[in-house]
Amino acid sequence: MTDRPLSLRETMASGLAGLGCFLGIWTLLTVSGLVPRQFLPTPLDVTSRFIQLLTTPFAGATLPQHLASSFKRYIVGVCLAASVGVPLGLMMGWFRWLDDIMAPIFEGLRFIAPIAWVPFAALWFGTGIGGPVMIIFAGAFPPCLINAYRGARFVDPRLIEAAQMLGTGHLRTILEILLPASIPSIVVGLRVSAGLGWQSLVGAELIVAASGVGFMMVQAQANVSTPTVMAGMIAIGLAGMLIDVLLRQGEASIRRRRGLSA
Amino acid sequence: MTRRRQTWVGLATLAMLVGLWFGLTTWSGAVSSGRFPSPADFWSALVQILTRGYAGGELFTHATHSVILVVVGFFVATATGVPLGLWMGWSRRAEAIINPVFLLIRPIPPLAWIPLAILWLGLGDAAKIMVIWFAAFVPSVINSFAGVRTIDRPLIEAARMLGTPRWRFVTEILAPAAAPMIFTGLRLSLQAAWTTLVAAELVGALVGLGLVLNMAQQDIYPGMILVGMLSVGILGFAMTWLLAAAEHRALGWNMAAGSSR
Repeated sequence: MTDRPLSLRETMASGLAGLGCFLGIWTLLTVSGLVPRQFLPTPLDVTSRFIQLLTTPFAGATLPQHLASSFKRYIVGVCLAASVGVPLGLMMGWFRWLDDIMAPIFEGLRFIAPIAWVPFAALWFGTGIGGPVMIIFAGAFPPCLINAYRGARFVDPRLIEAAQMLGTGHLRTILEILLPASIPSIVVGLRVSAGLGWQSLVGAELIVAASGVGFMMVQAQANVSTPTVMAGMIAIGLAGMLIDVLLRQGEASIRRRRGLSA
Repeated sequence: MTRRRQTWVGLATLAMLVGLWFGLTTWSGAVSSGRFPSPADFWSALVQILTRGYAGGELFTHATHSVILVVVGFFVATATGVPLGLWMGWSRRAEAIINPVFLLIRPIPPLAWIPLAILWLGLGDAAKIMVIWFAAFVPSVINSFAGVRTIDRPLIEAARMLGTPRWRFVTEILAPAAAPMIFTGLRLSLQAAWTTLVAAELVGALVGLGLVLNMAQQDIYPGMILVGMLSVGILGFAMTWLLAAAEHRALGWNMAAGSSR
């Protein structure tokens, strides 16, 4: 806490001034002819192109159709990552031998950027839905695994001791003690995963897809249609924001239900 | 004791994986060499790119090109991002003015800038620097900003009461107190920069590791794909390690607190 906080009015005014400057400079650059309109369309051009793309197809589909095929891949990839990563993380948190075996493998794989899997993904699963899904999986998997693992490792030892004293088996311990106790950590991991998965999806579609928003942007780039590229960026940004807001709300509601402060 | 055990189990796992690799590809042929390279394929690809070159250059040329681009982009991005973050953390007015613009740009993933960068600047180095700048800028701003906001209030008040001049205040209180968070930001920036560069080179480049991957994918050359991936991984590891060493040197006094963040 450094300066005195500004009043709401001051904040609003400054914010509008900042946005105004940004959009003003952008528009001026183009209108004054300093930058050719073909390379830097005005904000208005981009907005009208965005609206136009909602109904007019580009690169084989309209923007909503491209978004739909992106979302399909995205949901498959993230769900796959969560359904493999979370159970594996919990098991690594419970069985020491599994942890010892898997930890060095993941330590090594961690440094290979998800996007570097693109060539193998294309080779193994093609460019339809399989290849991109594998890239999304590679991006979204680590946070699922790590957070489930951390959650399981930091469970109150008294709970585990009590369960062991009562002779609870491995499966029931994991499902009824480790899983519920690690839910807060897992939920955070899922939110991080969802964000990373979305980023990986964009990368995958730029390189190995034949539909989707990323594909649309690459096609627009090849056709030197800057407004379409920018409209694609806006669509990706908006969709990413929407995903983040939804997951934050989900996280908050889970925390509330469990009596934790948000 | 447990460290020792972990090392042994780790080595055993590695040996098992290598054995499995040989077993599945060379000995049994369960995985065809068109899908995943056998150790011999990998070795011949490695020898080829080291001696005769692939995709217009030897491995060393591609790797140094990529690393130099990341280092330059990273420095440009952090040299602009960290001061901006510190300033936004310090001045509520600056935060109020810049934040809305920042919020507008932030949700766009760095990779989504690639087509625009190619459109504006072509396939050369300038486009790569632009994309890296976007990737590394955001984490360095956010974390520097958060670093200033977490400084203890009494520290600032004490400095004010003693009439510390502005410049000394920034260099002796603001920057050191925010340093652990700044370094967290730098680490995230570096990772984002490396990933983004590889992606940008995969989309289109004239030289670089991403180009090697791209060519190998088009030639359906699994051995070379593996060489490219391993190079990306090893260099990513080396750069992260160097940054961690720098952090350790700079923040030795704060390591216990810093590591918990």
